[in-house]
Amino acid sequence: MAAAPLLAIRDLTVQFRVDAGWVTAVEGVSIDIGEGDCVGVVGESGSGKSVTALSILRLHDRATTRIPNGSIVFKGQDLLKSSKRSLRGIRGGEIAMIFQDPMSSLNPVLTVSEQISETIQQHQKMSGTAARQRAVELLDLVRIPDARRRADDYPHRLSGGMRQRVMVAMAIACRPRLLIADEPTTALDVTIQAQILELLRELRQELGMSVMLISHDLGVIAEFAQSVVVMYAGRVVEQAPVAQLFRRPVHPYTVGLMAAVPKLDGDATRLSAIPGRIPGPQEDIPGCRFAPRCGFALNSCLQAPPPTELVGELHTVRCPPQVLALGDVNG
Amino acid sequence: MADAPIVEVRGLKKTFMVSHAGGTSPLNALDDVNFDVMPGETLGLVGESGSGKSTAGRILVGLIPATAGTVSLFGRRITGRDGAAALRAVRSRLQFVFQDPYAALNPRMRVGSSVAEPLEIAGKLSRRDRSDRVAELFELVGLPKISTDRYPHEFSGGQRQRIVIARSLALNPDFIVCDEPVSALDVSMQAQIVNLLMDLQQRLGLTYLFIAHDLAVVRMISTRVAVMYAGSIVETAPKKDIYAQPQHPYTKALLDAVPRPDPAFVRAPVISGEVPSLLDPPKGCRFHPRCPLVMDRCRTEVPRLAASGTERQVACHLFAERN
Repeated sequence: MAAAPLLAIRDLTVQFRVDAGWVTAVEGVSIDIGEGDCVGVVGESGSGKSVTALSILRLHDRATTRIPNGSIVFKGQDLLKSSKRSLRGIRGGEIAMIFQDPMSSLNPVLTVSEQISETIQQHQKMSGTAARQRAVELLDLVRIPDARRRADDYPHRLSGGMRQRVMVAMAIACRPRLLIADEPTTALDVTIQAQILELLRELRQELGMSVMLISHDLGVIAEFAQSVVVMYAGRVVEQAPVAQLFRRPVHPYTVGLMAAVPKLDGDATRLSAIPGRIPGPQEDIPGCRFAPRCGFALNSCLQAPPPTELVGELHTVRCPPQVLALGDVNG
Repeated sequence: MADAPIVEVRGLKKTFMVSHAGGTSPLNALDDVNFDVMPGETLGLVGESGSGKSTAGRILVGLIPATAGTVSLFGRRITGRDGAAALRAVRSRLQFVFQDPYAALNPRMRVGSSVAEPLEIAGKLSRRDRSDRVAELFELVGLPKISTDRYPHEFSGGQRQRIVIARSLALNPDFIVCDEPVSALDVSMQAQIVNLLMDLQQRLGLTYLFIAHDLAVVRMISTRVAVMYAGSIVETAPKKDIYAQPQHPYTKALLDAVPRPDPAFVRAPVISGEVPSLLDPPKGCRFHPRCPLVMDRCRTEVPRLAASGTERQVACHLFAERN
């Protein structure tokens, strides 16, 4: 607990260039990921969860993105101040990332083993045959049946689930300390999603890596994460250990989001919807960005963003205490 | 007449010819599909990719022809000889709502005009009555009347889906095929649209075929559920039975695979394998290579959808034996 986290994102603000100037996509986000931790980041479209993740490896287009504020410290080094060269060493090496759509992340004209070997040889001195051998081992490790033969296939020959396994193999090729998984199962069917989540869980234990899992799906988060960060419209609204968050969500947005998820049990005849819609980054909302949709909003919520409150062990929420009390009565 | 089904599907087959390096091969997207949709109910059609659920929905509204089998709507057969004429006769009573509300609206048309278009084509109303009807439709789906002059890009995904629903209601249909209508939407928006569809059903007495991959959404809106796998229906049952006691091993596996928003939930082991290629489907039951309860018979003999109890049908040798 006392040791510095593996990755510490502090007060991160990310802005994008649009016609009219700069819009703020992510504002004041702070997230810690400890050694071996599995942190889930949950939010709907426009919450800033992917923008935050892409900032870690500096994968935004530099011409249209700026980071006016914040730091992202990985093992003592601020990635926002690192040189391109040192970032290249970290990307795919100590920090790896997998994305939602495996087809657009794979090169269609290279075989599976060629692209895995490429990753390995980028980071380690290894002969072509040894890298290929290692690629086959990795395919085996991600439970691809008949790995030796599959290694020579092109991506289009593989199903969506198999492609995502290849992406995972590539991500773990250099034994990363941190794996960032951005909606890794969203494009997959539900039975395949369950297989990939199980694979990630097993690999996390085998390899002892930390994982940052980004998802819009509270079910996936509940199943996989140890601690959860809830984001809304570019800001973190609540953070808590997973059991605590699902047992006692505090922020009115978190409460609303959980209530809106259709359940496989219970006898509700209607879904509980959050009225209104998610604001875009160009919309200037001076106070809490959820206030226009919030049933508990106070006058002060509309004027300035509320400060972060500690409401339990490791449980923080950006909502004034008066509103929290209201939430309690209803929760 | 009260109990006559609105939709009757019998022995429906659809074969697509797929071209590849070695020539063309038949892909059996639907294989002997049978189901009914009764007036006022919502039949939830669920399955994973390649199960044939969208193909079935498209054939039902006449967007693509069937290869074999029959489809009857409101008692008139829309497949085979004279099918086209029958379809024309019932066309205005059925509608389709697609998954992607971004693709379903013409970006260069004001949304009010998009909603008015079916009225214009039907040609029954004067210009003034049309604009009254559009205002009425906007109100019905919970959109401000003044927004009729705006363009689609000014709306969020959830609002666009409301516009698409308003348009589908323009000609007072009785039956709407909703193909993944909320899959592209965020959770908080999804809830609004599912509630809207349920309210509209109550108010207007609509009948839905609700196609989706999300079992939890289907549970909320459906009266009965049909589960599809690799081109066939494997189980149909009233909603309460299928979720409480799934019979087909695939239905059970599908339910077990859904991640629950409850960290204390311990899930059953995940089934292995993937949906088979429909170009080269397994012999016998198409689910047998993944089935934890597979028997010798399943490898050779295709199980037929048969009654299991009064309101429920299962295509599985396990249940055929018990009956």
